Amino acid sequence: MSTPLISLRGVTKTYGSGQAAFQALRGVSFDIAAGEFVAVMGPSGSGKSTVMNILGCLDVPSSGEYVFEGEQVERLDRTQRALLRRHCLGFVFQGFNLLARTTALENVELPLLYRGLPLAERHAQARAALALVGLTGWEHHTPAELSGGQQQRVAIARAIVTQPTLLLADEPTGNLDSERSVEIMQLLTDLNRAHGITVLMVTHEPDMAAWASRTLRFADGLVSHDSAREAAP
Amino acid sequence: MFWNALLLALREIRRNLLRASLTVLGIVIGVAAVITMVTLGNGATALITAQVASLGSNIVIVRPGQRMSPGQPAGWAPAFKEEDADAILDNVLAVREVAASAQRGSTVSYMTESTFTPVIGTLPNYLDVGSWKLAEGRFFHEGEQRAGRAVCVLGESVRAALFARGSPLGEKVRFRGVACEVIGVLAPKGQSALGQDQDDMLLMPLKSYQRRVAGRRSRQDVGTLLLAVREGQSTERVVREVADLMRERRGIAPNEADNFSVFDTRQISDALSSTTRVLTTLLGAVAAVSLLVGGIGIMNIMLVSVTERTREIGTRLAIGALEREVLMQFLVEAVALSSFGGLLGIALALVASFALTNLLHLPFVLDLQIMLLAFLVSAGIGVLFGFVPARRAARLDPIEALRHE
Ligand SMILES: Nc1ncnc2c1ncn2[C@@H]1O[C@H](COP(=O)(O)OP(=O)(O)O)[C@@H](O)[C@H]1O
Ligand SMILES: [Mg+2]
Repeated sequence: MSTPLISLRGVTKTYGSGQAAFQALRGVSFDIAAGEFVAVMGPSGSGKSTVMNILGCLDVPSSGEYVFEGEQVERLDRTQRALLRRHCLGFVFQGFNLLARTTALENVELPLLYRGLPLAERHAQARAALALVGLTGWEHHTPAELSGGQQQRVAIARAIVTQPTLLLADEPTGNLDSERSVEIMQLLTDLNRAHGITVLMVTHEPDMAAWASRTLRFADGLVSHDSAREAAP
Repeated sequence: MFWNALLLALREIRRNLLRASLTVLGIVIGVAAVITMVTLGNGATALITAQVASLGSNIVIVRPGQRMSPGQPAGWAPAFKEEDADAILDNVLAVREVAASAQRGSTVSYMTESTFTPVIGTLPNYLDVGSWKLAEGRFFHEGEQRAGRAVCVLGESVRAALFARGSPLGEKVRFRGVACEVIGVLAPKGQSALGQDQDDMLLMPLKSYQRRVAGRRSRQDVGTLLLAVREGQSTERVVREVADLMRERRGIAPNEADNFSVFDTRQISDALSSTTRVLTTLLGAVAAVSLLVGGIGIMNIMLVSVTERTREIGTRLAIGALEREVLMQFLVEAVALSSFGGLLGIALALVASFALTNLLHLPFVLDLQIMLLAFLVSAGIGVLFGFVPARRAARLDPIEALRHE
């Protein structure tokens, strides 16, 4: 097997300190190869979001090692991590985190703006991304004018508009009905197959996890089950 | 990078118009209040300075009756005689000239117009000693004074009341049965520092006044003596010497109080400038409060929006913005709003102080330094409170900023 896209070794994360300290991750290790489509499952509070935040370079581990494309992430400074987010990562937040009073189009084009793309290209790509998530015609609506499901899809469009190497999605179908959920799964599968984007997706629903090629199961801040390890004898 | 920051900043301003306008309003209030107050204060000071200057320097004024301060009415006291004026000129060497004058309120008429004004009899040196200038015509000369000719010079207010159009020169005005030829008009001085219309008077030779206007009993009386002090001589000494001389001439016992008063224009200007100082301090305090209120307004708005903005910053960082790009955006936003507010404040201040100085008949004196200072302080508060919370937020890890509550 070639070098993995992602490699976590003994990653821990402790929130707070002293009496109030809480260890959300207690030594997580796994590899993910480029082009995989991985579902992350586990009961709530098991550390799924925490590990996604670390993988997305939004947070830093308390100890352990995170290697992304051969780059040791702990050794990068703030600017380098920001550039990694800008050029390689797409993140769909559990709580969307769209800019308020900002149209869907402007929300989606924002990552392209930070990449320094000219206006025409930004708009074309943002419209295309919105079309992919089925929001054609909703470009000029602000989050307040969109339903939870639509906001979720704007958030997905914003994460995929840059064609990232790795797409991290924290419960991307949590607010969608099953029909929409299937569409999103179809979309993620397409992105994964046709564009070679590696996808990590947190989900509670086994139906959704079934779309993935591999399942990581979390419990109490540890990986309790990895379908890839099971398959390999 | 700058253009991106500008674009993002403008978008953010457009999106939060209410917040932006409240910030701008805070700055506008601060800047406009300070500049307007200072302009008014400067105007009042300039006015009073000009009025003190219009009294002439090196002038000592002697009046019958005791007054505590210039402007208070005198109690009854014996008038001066013309001989008192001569005695001062002879005995107090530092006095260059004495302009004696006597006055009596009279109704002055010309054709169908009439006005009530003090008719003042005085000497030809009154023009020079009182720092008056002529608008047209000439002043009466020694010959006319000695001959007691019926000629007069009008103050501007009297001219305006009697001669709405046409020149008064050569015309005859009437008062107390006298027909008097107008030979000159004084250039206006406006209101005195005490609010009197200095241009409301009619001047004629003292001799003519005594002969034709003064009452039988007070024929030899003169009222006010204006003394011109020689260049380089101390007016204080003149005040002392004149007081001693007058006590002697009026036979005042050592334990009695003066029944006349002597003061120099410095005393007037001192009294007035202490008034302006109080005024300026007061205006300054009001302005400082406005600046503070404006500043607190800005701080409030900025601090209230910190939570929302911290999340916004978290989102921007999460999708790949660099710390310095975020900071640049917020700096541009704060500077744009603050300087816009500052300029608007200056414009408003110009309009307001122009209108107010006009209304209050004050000179319009702009102080560029204060304008700059007010602008910098207000805009500084705006930039500081727009920028500092943003800087704190931009230094967080994105996830911390996103979790901010
Ligand atoms: N910022 C935080 N401070 C303290 N505890 C936290 C914080 N974030 C998460 N936790 C705790 O860490 C554990 C794992 O959280 P999370 O990764 O969000 O779980 P989930 O698997 O539901 O996404 C939970 O018990 C949660 O209470
Ligand atoms: Mg979670």
